[in-house]
Amino acid sequence: MKEKLVLIGNGMAGIRTLEELLKLDEVEKFDITVFGAEPHPNYNRILLSPVLAGEKTIDDIILNSREWYEEHNITLYTGDPVIEIDRIRRQVITELGKVMPYDRLLIATGSHPFIIPVPGAELEGVIGFRDIADVNVMLDTAKNHKKAVVIGGGLLGLEAANGLKKQGMEVTVVHLMDKLMERQLDKPAADLLRISLEEDGLNFLLEAQTAALLGDKRVTGIKFADGSELDADLVVMAVGVRPNMELAQKAGIYCERGIVVNDTMQTFDPRVYAVGECVQHRGTVYGLVAPLFEQAKVCANHLAQLGYGRYEGSVTSTKLKVTGIDLFSAGNFEGGEDTDEITFQDPASKVYKKIVLKDGKVDGAVMFGDTTDGAWYFKLMREKTDVTDIRDHLLFGEDNLGDAGHGGQSKAAAMADSDQVCDCNGVCKGDITKAIAAEGLFTVDDVKLHTKAGASCGSCVGLVEQILADTLGGDYSAPDHKPMCRCTDLTHDEVRAAIRDHQIKQMHNLFDKLGWRTIDGCQSCRPALNYYLISTWPGEAMDDPRSRLVNERVHGNIQKDGTFSVIPRIFGGKTTPDQLRAIADAADKFNVGEVNITGGQRINLLGVEKKDLPAIWEFLNDKGFVSGHAYGKSMRTAKACVGSTWCRFGTQDSTQMAIDLEEMTWGSWMPHKFKIAASGCPRNCAEATIKDFGVVGIDSGWEIHIGGNGGVKVRATDLLCRVETEQEVKDLCAAFIQLYREEARYLERTAPWVERVGLGYVKKRLLEDETGKAVLIERFKISQAVAQVDPWDERVKGTESQEFIPIRLGTVHEPEVKQAQVV
Amino acid sequence: MSNNWIEVGTINDIPAMGSRVIESEEGAIALFRNSEDKVFALRNKCPHKGGPLSDGLVAGRQVTCPLHSWTLELESGEAVAPDKGCARVFPVKVENQQVFLDFSSSIQE
Repeated sequence: MKEKLVLIGNGMAGIRTLEELLKLDEVEKFDITVFGAEPHPNYNRILLSPVLAGEKTIDDIILNSREWYEEHNITLYTGDPVIEIDRIRRQVITELGKVMPYDRLLIATGSHPFIIPVPGAELEGVIGFRDIADVNVMLDTAKNHKKAVVIGGGLLGLEAANGLKKQGMEVTVVHLMDKLMERQLDKPAADLLRISLEEDGLNFLLEAQTAALLGDKRVTGIKFADGSELDADLVVMAVGVRPNMELAQKAGIYCERGIVVNDTMQTFDPRVYAVGECVQHRGTVYGLVAPLFEQAKVCANHLAQLGYGRYEGSVTSTKLKVTGIDLFSAGNFEGGEDTDEITFQDPASKVYKKIVLKDGKVDGAVMFGDTTDGAWYFKLMREKTDVTDIRDHLLFGEDNLGDAGHGGQSKAAAMADSDQVCDCNGVCKGDITKAIAAEGLFTVDDVKLHTKAGASCGSCVGLVEQILADTLGGDYSAPDHKPMCRCTDLTHDEVRAAIRDHQIKQMHNLFDKLGWRTIDGCQSCRPALNYYLISTWPGEAMDDPRSRLVNERVHGNIQKDGTFSVIPRIFGGKTTPDQLRAIADAADKFNVGEVNITGGQRINLLGVEKKDLPAIWEFLNDKGFVSGHAYGKSMRTAKACVGSTWCRFGTQDSTQMAIDLEEMTWGSWMPHKFKIAASGCPRNCAEATIKDFGVVGIDSGWEIHIGGNGGVKVRATDLLCRVETEQEVKDLCAAFIQLYREEARYLERTAPWVERVGLGYVKKRLLEDETGKAVLIERFKISQAVAQVDPWDERVKGTESQEFIPIRLGTVHEPEVKQAQVV
Repeated sequence: MSNNWIEVGTINDIPAMGSRVIESEEGAIALFRNSEDKVFALRNKCPHKGGPLSDGLVAGRQVTCPLHSWTLELESGEAVAPDKGCARVFPVKVENQQVFLDFSSSIQE
């Protein structure tokens, strides 16, 4: 017997909950009925502003057509609102008298615009801005009337005003406060916004209190408290929304400002759930889309009785959806007594930025005119990164941290549709905005999946996020709590903590304990989990080669034609004629397609067929080589200049230092690739300052640098400290690597990791805590004792050898092969 | 139809949650064995850019191509949406640990 699930409200939050149920494959547990008050199928309410502005049509913003409901056996009643919930008989009753029993009820009734109770509020031509009907009234009025007044200078009011102006009306925005968008902007930003909008042709009346609306049948004007009047053919009230909770209240469900729910989205009646704008969770009522979607996900999990996932609230940021206006706001943008502020103001070019800091962390930000770094500040805020060390250039943006990539041209709003965003996959801005509207995308991951933008090297992800924020406007906010992949709702950090705290040492055990949704994970979580298991429990958790991607599984880099590269390890880049002859012999013997010298000072044999790999490894092993791990999320190479042995400027023996460091660290698995370099003097010929761990010889010893990389985003290292002895260098190298191995997320290189946790944190762990440092070094040694095994040698000796040998038909059963040739 | 089944080896010839390549008249075929010990056969060529699917990661009833991470259904050869494409599927049966392939009746690419 299927359970009856009734959904009251056919809006975004409710339908998203059903979609989450569908994703979980749990929808067949239920007979689902949906009641919607509006006559339309589910549409994207946040795109009503572009519809009003004439940039989109109603059809463009439909999210789920009626066919979708049919396809999933969901019964939809539109235009017939539910007017009563009878909790005793467990049924709902509609306006037309339909009675529908439920086993579980989901209330997603949204909110309604607050209409100020002044005389004349009921006149024709006085509306809110909430649904398709309101937009249609506005569009119709614009055809034969001239003057519009929008009451409310908040996000929604300004979007309405902008749309009405685009439709040819003369628009005045009336606002009670002395600044626009007071819930998102401080005074300087609000003034810039007002000036920009005035230049675009909008009129403003600030500090104006509406006393009455004038007219007999249809509105003709507005009267203010000071006695002045203004003509109006249309009045749009956009002074805020109120949760629709009357239905729930009438049924005796506990409400405060909204319908009160717990962390699993249940009301005080556990059979009755509620999501969306009608809900009050931990004292907060949300009006943006991202929090609603997070709620929908948790609610679906609970409905499906999966028993995991809690909603713990959301942090939101705001963008204004008015073409040509760049504006960003997040968190505590006003500041207070216990906060610091950094501001930048250029009134002539209409740029204003303010960052509010509290205890060395970003607590809020507001920006106007140049919002390039909004997403970055928001990330720093969510991650609670200590920004003390970058405070002096924080305001100049992420570019000034040495981030090349898309610097300079990343003003999403200013880009043309034909401008390329993703240079790897050739995706233009227009492709992305089109997909966002057509496919109903709300997250960066959705955009990646559908357009491939940001799906390769990832350097444009920030830009994609901006375009998303720009297109979705005020309703976009990045998820606070990003699950590891589609198999779970847990984050990387939570999974890792569980592995450590619950002593999980085996992958399928992990899937059971943490309630994985898939039987054996996916290509995204398996390599990460394998790394977390073996790095947390060295020698106890078994490495699972089937959870490694091909490069790490067969110890070579796969090339576009399916052949592999073979790179033997040459410690510190110091080689001998004998070694070179051996490599040359290997190249001849195995018909290697091409030999090249890599960026890390190693020799690359390209074009080796998979089936020849064990033989070439055996050949190289015999000559004394081990695998170079040039394919792995692991320690790659230690690069060196010749140093004081030969160089007339050299102050230290950098070659020997590189050899020692490589001998100590080779074979260690990491969250991502890891590179070391050692230079013999400050001329830094080994380019140590763009490596994960770099040392530069100085007259008195060594300078230690961390967290640099070349590649997608160039980042110069941070100087960690200066030391005198080689032993100190080695200790810091081991401790730094172990800290990174234990605390960075899988696929996070040292550069973003150091930026996320802050240099101050790394210094505290490595320089101010001698005992802690010693423990890290000890754990690194324990791990290396297990890890320093040449994978080539293991495979040559026969581990999983069948993988390399193709089955040739004819070797199995001769007569049947002849048959095969016939067919 | 039984005379079209051709024995290609035993299930233990295929690494668990892995793959083995068959070189045949039809070109290279990737033979997969998943965690439920089910066996599947696809042409060893990703519909995207021809990557060797046999080197992909097997999870559930899907394999992810090693070159650009397209994910294909092992049963149908279809790419998982929003990607579009299909690798040719060859019928497989396992009897007493013996794996048989049918090269004649295959779902077209």
